[in-house]
Amino acid sequence: MDNDKLIIGGHAFHSRFILGSGKYSLHLIEAAVKYAGAEIITLAVRRANTKEQENILDYIPEGVTLLPNTSGARNAEEAVRIARLARELGCGNFVKIEIMRDSKYLLPDNPETVKATEILAKEGFVVMPYMYPDLNTARDLMHAGAAAVMPLASPIGSNKGLATKEFIQILIDEIDLPIIVDAGIGRPSQACEAMEMGAAAIMANTALATAGDLPGMASAFRHAIEAGRQAYLAGLGRVLSRGASASDPLTGFLRD
Amino acid sequence: MKNQFFVDSGHLSPTALAQKHRLETDPTCRKDPMTYLPGMEQIESDIRSSVMEQMNAYDGTRYTARDVKAALAHDTCSIEDFKALLSPAAEPFLEEMAQRARLETGKHFGNTVYLFTPLYIANYCENYCVYCGFNCYNHIRRMKLTMEQIEHEMQVIADSGMEEILILTGESRRQSDVSYIGEACKLARKYFRMVGLEIYPVNTEEYRYLHECGADYVTVFQETYDPDKYETLHLLGHKRVFPYRFDAQERALMGGMRGVAFSALLGLADFRKDALASALHVYYLQRKYPHAEMSLSCPRLRPIRNNEKIHPSDVHEKQLCQILCAYRIFLPFVGITVSSRESAQFRNGIVKIAATKISAGVSTGIGDHESKYSGKETGGAQGDEQFEIDDSRSLDNMYRDIAGEGLQPVLNDYLYV
Repeated sequence: MDNDKLIIGGHAFHSRFILGSGKYSLHLIEAAVKYAGAEIITLAVRRANTKEQENILDYIPEGVTLLPNTSGARNAEEAVRIARLARELGCGNFVKIEIMRDSKYLLPDNPETVKATEILAKEGFVVMPYMYPDLNTARDLMHAGAAAVMPLASPIGSNKGLATKEFIQILIDEIDLPIIVDAGIGRPSQACEAMEMGAAAIMANTALATAGDLPGMASAFRHAIEAGRQAYLAGLGRVLSRGASASDPLTGFLRD
Repeated sequence: MKNQFFVDSGHLSPTALAQKHRLETDPTCRKDPMTYLPGMEQIESDIRSSVMEQMNAYDGTRYTARDVKAALAHDTCSIEDFKALLSPAAEPFLEEMAQRARLETGKHFGNTVYLFTPLYIANYCENYCVYCGFNCYNHIRRMKLTMEQIEHEMQVIADSGMEEILILTGESRRQSDVSYIGEACKLARKYFRMVGLEIYPVNTEEYRYLHECGADYVTVFQETYDPDKYETLHLLGHKRVFPYRFDAQERALMGGMRGVAFSALLGLADFRKDALASALHVYYLQRKYPHAEMSLSCPRLRPIRNNEKIHPSDVHEKQLCQILCAYRIFLPFVGITVSSRESAQFRNGIVKIAATKISAGVSTGIGDHESKYSGKETGGAQGDEQFEIDDSRSLDNMYRDIAGEGLQPVLNDYLYV
């Protein structure tokens, strides 16, 4: 496990928990770093666009990689503009693309996301696109230069868990990039399940932000993610989809 | 016809007074509220008929405790469920509704509460809306700020730390034309991250121009969605045209605005029907413009200068809270704004349940921010307020109080792109 690293765009991380950006508070950042072990923290550029004394940027600890996101973008062009602004603000080269044409469910717009990925990857960004788990789009994103692919488990903030499980599994099986499950993970057990499936990392926010005991929940996520990862690396035992298997082979009567 | 709204001013000429009384007492001398005036754009839209159909068919007394329980048990709140939650039968379930609303607010907004302040730049008005302090027959100090005065007001507000501003005018195209408002938006962009507008409704291309000047959010209150009641309250001026006002948010979105805000002024008519129509206005428009950001307000009637008698009749705090919980459960994704018309105690409570945005450091007068913020007499001319506010907390106090409630005050979460 010690040598098991998450590699994104040539950067290595020990932690496989990434803090999402939806609901910010400084306590949340603190808990995510200290108790969930987060090494990557998402930052909504629009939220950092403030003169506020308590600017989130000032509260990101040393050694933590900032992942600015393009929330608020409604198309590829706006996402590209926000990403460039993030770079100007000194947020580094990582960018999580979020493009939403839907204010109700905040579901990502896959075709626009591919367009933005292509432009930003060419400009040297480490591009991590948030997407609806569709194999063709994931391939397009890979060819466009994405450093990871971030399919949603269920709608943002819903805490509904792995509603898109089967489709995320297809991405894990077919795409040669880290698959980071983003959005909808509401419980440590769901994070664990995604990691067992072979997800490279988990991004969560609401599950922590709305927990009764923030540090306690952050720590639970850390353990769940580590357990799931270890199970994946150890190789899960045979799981039969239907009924029990006969202990004696059915074809045992065959002589030669 | 006697009602709480009609007040005569001794300053009106006999002719004006006679005209005012004629408008108040003789419906035949008033313009048809469904006919557009010259220059008003008519768009193709079925939103209004969808909303009106539902509202007209709604009878809150038909719902029972059983319907309310079923609504609360459902994962997704249907229109029918929402109607039950708005009904009198839901009143005994207020605590359960609040619990559910809080859960939904948490999912979509976490613990954040956004703060903003309004800036009135002019109070001239050509309408006679009988409940409004700015109405053209009300004797108040009228004023329109110059660009220098606007900039000064903005500096004072920006120095207080505020990053989101809502620019308001009285409804006078003549006194406060679109380019005047546009110039104010350009100035606002220098001092604030987010600029919203609450002005008279305009055409799509005018909204586009104002968006280019820096505004990105448009608030228009329909006041009441009951056209018959509307007609008896808005007796004169362009505001009298009910459908043009109704379609304002849609024109704003067509003009490129990021978001739009809605409300009825609760207490003018049947508040349950008005709340239903306000939320359905959002619901249907969101289906047509899914990218748009939407928010609901919930103003109740307040006393105005020269008329202390105005009050929100049967909409007490409990009813207001019921409406806001129902809004949140039906439309978990929309912003909900609670203005300084409500008390500090109510606002402190409701931000923990359903509200996501509140105003602070509020003045509804013209050109008086410096004197109100610093407490010192500036000697400059000031225009009178639109209505009396209740919660007069400054930004600092509000910020501290919100944080003290365990919530996260946020001054900006927006980028002009």
